[in-house]
Order: sequence, then structure tokens, then C-alpha cells
Amino acid sequence: MSINWFKYSSPQTFFPLAGKLALWFGALALVACGVGLYIGFFVAPTDAQQGEAYRIIFIHVPAAWMSMFLYLVMAFWAGLGLAFNTRLSGMMASALAPTGALFTFIALWTGSLWGKPTWGTWWVWDARLTSELILLFLYFGFMALQAAIDDPRRADKAGAVLALVGVVNIPIIYFSVKWWNTLHQGASVSLTTAPTMAATMFAGMIVMALGFWFYSIAAALMRARCIMLERERSSDWAVHYAKRSA
Amino acid sequence: MSWGSWQNFLAMGGYAFYVWGSYLVTLGLILAEVVLLAMRKRTALGRFRVRGDTGQGDR
Repeated sequence: MSINWFKYSSPQTFFPLAGKLALWFGALALVACGVGLYIGFFVAPTDAQQGEAYRIIFIHVPAAWMSMFLYLVMAFWAGLGLAFNTRLSGMMASALAPTGALFTFIALWTGSLWGKPTWGTWWVWDARLTSELILLFLYFGFMALQAAIDDPRRADKAGAVLALVGVVNIPIIYFSVKWWNTLHQGASVSLTTAPTMAATMFAGMIVMALGFWFYSIAAALMRARCIMLERERSSDWAVHYAKRSA
Repeated sequence: MSWGSWQNFLAMGGYAFYVWGSYLVTLGLILAEVVLLAMRKRTALGRFRVRGDTGQGDR
């Protein structure tokens, strides 16, 4: 059986599918975050060095992962839009940016609240923190640039170039703790070695990361639907949908 | 992990401000995003309605 993937690259076929998927992923996000918070607060033990302050990890690390991952997905869609000139690709890139910025802010905010009791400072200009702050500005720059250009297709193209150039920052964030001496600790979890933390702590973090992942999919699909309705205002499928939901 | 009492749980071993400050702001921001998305969809649909009511089609 072959699937015609291009069928879903047009807004009128993707719109109803996105609505259904957003609902399912939203529900999955609620379940995963519920389980993750339960493990994080009622199963995982107190940390020997940091006491209860370490429990910020269950949102800080997943949010930081999402901030980088969403940027890569956004740049992927932006690049696809540049290469194939498909309408939907640009819409997906625009739909991901605010959620990516949200998780970047959450990573910085929770990191600051974690830094104060453990390092004694809210903020330092070390490589990890600074490059993550630059990521926030890249998301803001992408959104501001798109908002400043009236023609959506031209806005997509300009945004795509910025998004692709900004990808260089992602490995800098990821490897910053190896390349430079940072106050920020190195990775507790990597693909090549076993995690250096208690199994239940690790489990809580992974389940929360899954929850954030599901949430991001749901939020991006919801926003993509809004963008489709806004941009395709005069097309038959959008008018038809608006009439039915009135 | 047994906290013993709700007071102990809320106190977070003396780190209540940092831990709950992280969790509440995260929750608030995520809820805000969901509300903003729902409002954006209503606004987008509202534009169709205004046009439809005039009964004059596209202008």
C-alpha cells in the first residue's frame, strides 16, 4: 500500500486531520505530565546534595530539550518550504516558533530559580546560559521578522533564511558544557553513557519530556489551524468550515 | 517518597519559593498559550461571520 504524502501538504486536507491530532496529543500530554509529576514528587527520592531544590529538574531539563528540538523542527519545515515552495511548510514553521520561545523562556526561568539556591546566583554569563538566551532572541527575531512582512509567502521565505542560519546555535548550546568551562553542569543524560542519577529521577524526567513533547505537537497544530484559517480566508474549504462551526 | 504531611510537601525542604516558583510560572504560561490559541481561533472564525452576515460575498 502506498500513501500519497502530498495529499496532506495542502491545507484543506490537513486542517481536519490537524484538529483531530491536536485533541489526541493534548490528551496524551495531560496523562504524561500527570504521571511525570507523580513520579517527580512522590516516587523520586530527595537528592543527597541539593535536597528538594533538585525537583526543578523535572521541568527544567525537558523544557531545555524542547527549546532546542523545536528549533530544529522549525528550521526543518522552513527549509522544506524554501526547497519545495509548499504553503503548509511555512505555516508549520510559524506555528512552532511561539511554543519554542515559550519552552526556551521556561528553561531560562527555571534555571535561574535553580541557580540561586545551588550556585548562589540567578544568572551568569557562561556559555550554556548565554547561548540559550541567544536561542530565545532567535525565536523572537523569527517572529518579529515574519510579523514585519505583509505578504505571508515572502514572510515565510525571509523567516526561513533566518531560521536556517540560526541552526548553528543549537550544537553550540548542546556542546557548550564540553567546549568551555561553565558553571552549568555537564550532561547527566547522554546517548553514549548510562544516566548519572537515580532511576526514578531519570524516569520522571523522561516522562515529563514526553508530556512536553505531546503538548508541543498539540499547541503547534492548534496554531497551524489558526494560521490556515487566517491565510486561506477566501478559499472555499475555509468558508465552508467557518459556516459549519458558526 | 513519603512527605509525612501537606505542610512538609508545600515547604519543599525550605526550597518552596524556588520549586513552586518554577512550577507555577510554567503552568501559568502553558495555560496562557492554550487560552490565547482558543481566542485566536475565535477571532479568525469571527472574520468569516462578519463577511457572511452582509450577504454580499467577497468584496
